[in-house]
Amino acid sequence: MKVRIKFAKLGAMKFIGHLDTMRYFQKAIRRADIPIAYSEGFSPHMIMSFAAPLGVGTTSSGEYFDMQLAQDMPTREIVERLNGTMAEGMDVLSAVRVEDGKASKAMSLVAAADYRVTFREGKEFTSDWKEKLKEYISQPQICVFKKTKRSEKTVDIKPYIYQFAIQGDKIHLQLAAASSNYTKPEQVMDGFAQWLGIEQKPFSYMVHRQEVYADNGNEENHQFVTLESLGEEVE
Amino acid sequence: MRKLALNDEILLEIESPARYIGGEVNSVMKDKAAVDIRFCMCFPDVYEIGMSHLGIQILYHLFNQREDVWCERVYSPWTDLDAIMRKENIPLFALESQEPVKNFDFLGITIQYEMCYTNILQILDLAQIPLRASQRGEEFPIVIGGGPCAYNPEPLAPFFDLFYIGEGETVYDQLLDTYKANRQAHGTKADFLRKAAQIPGIYVPSLYKETYNENGTLASFSPIEEGVPEKIQKQVVVDMTHSFYPKTLVVPFIKATQDRVTLEIQRGCIRGCRFCQAGMIYRPTREKDVERLKECARELILATGHEEISLTSLSSSDYSQLEELVNYLIDEFKSRGVNISLPSLRIDAFALDVMSKVQDIRKSSLTFAPEAGSQRLRDVINKGLTEETILQGARDAFLGGWNKVKLYFMLGLPTETEDDMKGIAHLAEKIAMEYYDTVPKEKRNGKVQITVSTSFFVPKPFTPFQWAAMYSKEDFLGKAKVVKEEIRAQLNQKSIRYNWHEADVTILEGFLARGDRKAADVIETAYRKGALYDAWSETFHWEIWMDAFKETGVDLDFYTLRERSTDELLPWDFIDAGVTKEFLKKEWKRAISEEMTPNCRMKCSGCGAGRYKGGVCVESKN
Repeated sequence: MKVRIKFAKLGAMKFIGHLDTMRYFQKAIRRADIPIAYSEGFSPHMIMSFAAPLGVGTTSSGEYFDMQLAQDMPTREIVERLNGTMAEGMDVLSAVRVEDGKASKAMSLVAAADYRVTFREGKEFTSDWKEKLKEYISQPQICVFKKTKRSEKTVDIKPYIYQFAIQGDKIHLQLAAASSNYTKPEQVMDGFAQWLGIEQKPFSYMVHRQEVYADNGNEENHQFVTLESLGEEVE
Repeated sequence: MRKLALNDEILLEIESPARYIGGEVNSVMKDKAAVDIRFCMCFPDVYEIGMSHLGIQILYHLFNQREDVWCERVYSPWTDLDAIMRKENIPLFALESQEPVKNFDFLGITIQYEMCYTNILQILDLAQIPLRASQRGEEFPIVIGGGPCAYNPEPLAPFFDLFYIGEGETVYDQLLDTYKANRQAHGTKADFLRKAAQIPGIYVPSLYKETYNENGTLASFSPIEEGVPEKIQKQVVVDMTHSFYPKTLVVPFIKATQDRVTLEIQRGCIRGCRFCQAGMIYRPTREKDVERLKECARELILATGHEEISLTSLSSSDYSQLEELVNYLIDEFKSRGVNISLPSLRIDAFALDVMSKVQDIRKSSLTFAPEAGSQRLRDVINKGLTEETILQGARDAFLGGWNKVKLYFMLGLPTETEDDMKGIAHLAEKIAMEYYDTVPKEKRNGKVQITVSTSFFVPKPFTPFQWAAMYSKEDFLGKAKVVKEEIRAQLNQKSIRYNWHEADVTILEGFLARGDRKAADVIETAYRKGALYDAWSETFHWEIWMDAFKETGVDLDFYTLRERSTDELLPWDFIDAGVTKEFLKKEWKRAISEEMTPNCRMKCSGCGAGRYKGGVCVESKN
């Protein structure tokens, strides 16, 4: 059976990179004695795949990976066993059974993600940014400067910003997160700061990923559903 | 959640922040108010290296078994964080509590190789602890050193309050109890050190004084007061099977150099190679019972989740129940995606059979360590490996599908001649020819690939070669050139790759290995001038050390180029390492006359380790 795990990565765990997080869970699965399936070949490896990589420095309460089990196990037991062997800051939130097959692979399903952005102490935007946010997001285009290994270009990220709202002192973002249109929250915040004419200091924001979604709708009419909701708990 | 010692800005700026956050699975958290003793265990190199070390993992879990002790860990900050800590005046902290090391009761430093000596000073310095024990008041931790380099502690003597000579499992409890009792009695640090000096295996450098002859050699070495023992006797675990072995290991978040379960199958080595310090100081050879090892393997894989298990010991092939153990591990773990790694196996039919089961033959290589190029020189060093054994092993391996061979040698061994050096090239050539003779063309998996590596020999204390002279940098490089040119002159030279170790690091290692207390000034001066991470080629700077020798007036050549007389008082003679000086002298003479000495299982040579009444020394009598 194929199982989807949702986990949180909090506190000091934000310093653990994506590859190390994968290695961490491989070891955790062995410690928890979960009957995971192995690939064929001379050096068999665990059959598992992670949804959306999380950058170093970002915390999350909506991380996902899928794993193939060689034997069925109640989903509640999987959660209990894994949580019995977690490091502080890594928490398994749920396990659900999902459909087998490539089409339901966590990584290819990812369409969007929610983020909560807070300012580090003393690094808040200075001007009347809260009033100006509406003007900023209602522009026909939101252009940011994007520097990659291969090129430097200005791109319009407006189609990839699904939500940009103020919640008290925090900012709520819902951004595109598929591999083709993955949009970083820092990029959106830096673009906004630039538009405001603020020279932003490094390490200004703390970003927390809250949830990762699949899209049950289409380009024009998104219907975001959490990756977790695509499966079900089993006894 | 634990509060980290470093803020986010620093952690996001430096390389591998996970080195400094602690919190790893199986690391131990305790209530600091509920313990009597806080011990910080240090491996003075970068986290990934330090976390690969088994000794610390053993002692860490052993200490933490005690309710009154909280043992934590610290490793050397890498150069990027080092600069930030100095600039921002951040004191070095232990990983678990993230609290300053300077507030601990003990700082224990394992000293595994000479080239980490400046890193030891970095640890003290960043911890804001004065470098010299004589400058440290009551408020600072007791700094204690142990490990193989503690067998000649003199170059580091002024920096430590105590050294532990031998295996840590034995008398640490007594030491910790003594510390507690002294504190309850409101005793001073000096009171504690005096009491500690009475514990077998504990050396308190401040209670000893040395004098020198005019020619620079040691004239005397003795305790400064009555009641302090003249000799420090090495401590060993007699019963390995029932000695403490952790049920769990700390699992790093980032990939350590050795990211796996290590299973220690035995301690010591029966072989008696005359250059090898480990082969002498870990005597007698003591095996662990195979049933106990199976139990440890199961427990540790489950507790850590590691995907690899590695057997560790000197000369694993000499472990008498190896076949049973290895077959068990393969049956138990192979299907669960756990790899089995077997370093230091002698290549024979059994080894090839096992290796074909646990590794991909096409990717793996065979390793031989003949150490010397000619049979004559192999007899001098007592390496009982013959050319025929090597060629037979290679032949069987080639037929089994292997085509990569690694060969390890040393240059600069006592009595070495040009023929011995050239012998290295000739042996590599013979192995290459063996491949083309043995494997028919259609079955060849490409060319044979032979890698020859040479290091330069460093004489070490407590070996029969402890009196031997080393060579100058130019002479060492000249030797490597002889080998290189001879390899180039071989028919199959295109199948042979040659690389050699740097000569300058070797010379420094030789100085630190056999130095006396005067060496401490050189180490401190080099450190003050910026020497750090000397074991890493990218951070090693020979010029800094040369400046330090010049400034302190210490003559490097006196320590490295001079052959010692067997009558000379050596800086480490006050340590009783089990093997007697008489035995070492005898072995030194036999080496010069090219006489082999049988291994411990064949015949006892009366080295002196028999008085521990354990392991191979009592095997035949059971």
